[in-house]
Amino acid sequence: MNAPGDTHSPKLNNMALLKYESQVRAPLVDGSKDYHQVTEDIVRPIEAPPSRLWWIGFLISVALLLFGVYSIYREVTYGVGQWNLNKTIGWGWDITNFVWWVGIGHAGTLISAILLLFRQGWRTGVNRAAEAMTIFAVMCAGQFPIWHMGRVWMAFFVLPYPNTRGPLWVNFNSPLLWDVFAISTYFTVSLLFWYSGLLPDLATVRDRAKLKWRKYMYGLLSFGWTGSTKHWQRHESLSLVLAGLSTPLVLSVHTVVSFDFATSVVPGWHTTIFPPYFVAGAIFSGFAMVQTLLVVTRKVLKLEDYITMEHIEVMNKVIVLTGSIVGIAYLTELFIAWYGQNPYESHAFMKNRLDLFSPYGWSYYLMMGCNVLSPQIFWFRKLRRNLVVTFFMSVIVNIGMWFERFVIIVTSIYRDYIPSSWSTYYRPTIWEVGFYLGTFGLFFTCYFLFSKFFPVIAVAEIKHILKRSGENYKKKMDKIEHESPEELFHEVHAAH
Amino acid sequence: MALKKFVVGCFDEEGALFDAVKKVRKSGHKLHDVYTPFPIHGLDKAMGLRDTSIHTAGFIYGICGTTTALSFITWVFTKDWPLNIGGKPHFALPAWLPIMFEFTVLCAAVGMVITFCYLCQLAPFVRKHHFHPRATDDLFVMVIECTPKSDEGEIKGFLGSLGAKEINVQQAETGWWLGRYDKEQKLYHETETVSA
Repeated sequence: MNAPGDTHSPKLNNMALLKYESQVRAPLVDGSKDYHQVTEDIVRPIEAPPSRLWWIGFLISVALLLFGVYSIYREVTYGVGQWNLNKTIGWGWDITNFVWWVGIGHAGTLISAILLLFRQGWRTGVNRAAEAMTIFAVMCAGQFPIWHMGRVWMAFFVLPYPNTRGPLWVNFNSPLLWDVFAISTYFTVSLLFWYSGLLPDLATVRDRAKLKWRKYMYGLLSFGWTGSTKHWQRHESLSLVLAGLSTPLVLSVHTVVSFDFATSVVPGWHTTIFPPYFVAGAIFSGFAMVQTLLVVTRKVLKLEDYITMEHIEVMNKVIVLTGSIVGIAYLTELFIAWYGQNPYESHAFMKNRLDLFSPYGWSYYLMMGCNVLSPQIFWFRKLRRNLVVTFFMSVIVNIGMWFERFVIIVTSIYRDYIPSSWSTYYRPTIWEVGFYLGTFGLFFTCYFLFSKFFPVIAVAEIKHILKRSGENYKKKMDKIEHESPEELFHEVHAAH
Repeated sequence: MALKKFVVGCFDEEGALFDAVKKVRKSGHKLHDVYTPFPIHGLDKAMGLRDTSIHTAGFIYGICGTTTALSFITWVFTKDWPLNIGGKPHFALPAWLPIMFEFTVLCAAVGMVITFCYLCQLAPFVRKHHFHPRATDDLFVMVIECTPKSDEGEIKGFLGSLGAKEINVQQAETGWWLGRYDKEQKLYHETETVSA
């Protein structure tokens, strides 16, 4: 573009414009902000007293949580019989909820790790909240297998420890044990990744704090972070390696969860397509939950400049992509059930699922409608950028993904190989539902506390990308943008 | 721990930092550290800090995790209590891969974070001297240590000439965590190229 003799043509002058501001990509942070303004905007909600809306939401969440605690109390006191599980449906709502929550817990690490490796600048606006959501979702997921054990005080039996009844060990060949390792590792690594990223931002809150207790609390939480160059250097290296480690980890977690099903010989479960299909579904539902939370959070905390329409749109694109992948997986399963000519597999699909008038046929169509058909509206830009549509779609997607797990689990096991053991219609008791609602309470209690006491956006990371996309910076670049390429060329060479 | 004197200069523009760091090192002053609200790529190189080896540590922790998982499961299933699971071999390597992988990641991540906290001396209840409260907000704080040879007033003037907006002198007790960055720094040589 610096071809001699051609430098004064108007076309090349326009190209100099392109050099500094992309015509295609919108800025990642809206408005003209400097570093201090970024701190102000993001830390302000932490310093202000909680709003009435926050209290209402928080108290509803705590009430749900308490209902969940009571439901679990019933289950522990009177046994798993408090749930309507029966002869063939040994796993019902609990495992459905487990897989659903774990799936939701996938978006955070995907955003923070995989998008970091892919150098997606937009992740900085949403990663902190999404990671927090991941951690809370995995916490909720973990409740289900633990309380389903019945004698929960023996939960530590799942760990490989030399027990007192002789050297009997856990079965390392079992996918259920792989799951123990996968989920606990995922939780630990996500927590470390999230918290190490939070340290500098908590230090920002600490250094602004006026109240004594606040200074003390955030001083504790920020581990005495100073912002030393050497520390930043290590911090960057740590984040990158943790991202590299989390990337295969996040894919492995739902793969292992799918192994719980795929390695069995139950019709409808015994398929090799499960791992990628589960991972795509997990990302799908996780992004939907991120949307549900962020559409509200950005409005309530007035963070529209940081979580922009661009973010919402990009995530809607991910939703339509992963929703379609899930759709292809559904159709592939269906095709193989027909093409494979296995009578049991075929029965599980054609009779138990596809037949609308079979006992659970309705749930299959609900799943198809919510997960495959409804996200297709996001092919339209106008709908992708509509907040109300986005919010409702994100809820619908998560309803659909819950039914996906319900379909996989219940329709496969309520009628198995022997018709004499076909179960009666399974419906949950109030305590099963209560347990599920309780995890909602846990999730939202944690999220409300997080949004009140922690910076919901990664402050330091936003500052890091501000120069690239801030309005202020662009104004300063005006001079250069209006220079002819020839002058620019000389200046660049003089600088070197 | 000795009480030391530092001259603190605050910059409000990170662009000025690279030049300032270069000049401070050239002038022979003892650059203690630069505190920034966000990572500035290349500043570590400009300051002459060596690359961090924390990723190598992570690799070693990961390898330790893999070998621990493999050898432990092998011992359990072939020596300690060989279980017959559906007539399958006792040494069932493919079935152990998920746990080996997860344990590798777990060890690498936990080990790295602990190493990071140890190296940077980050923990609750650690008291550190913070040179400027806005170093975590919007200021870039350059700290020069006063040695017996150096002249405080001269350093102040020098920092001012580099573009520092706010300059003051602080006394701080250097903690043991300052460790090796507290040693005599190598002076800037003309032959050394500093890429900013």
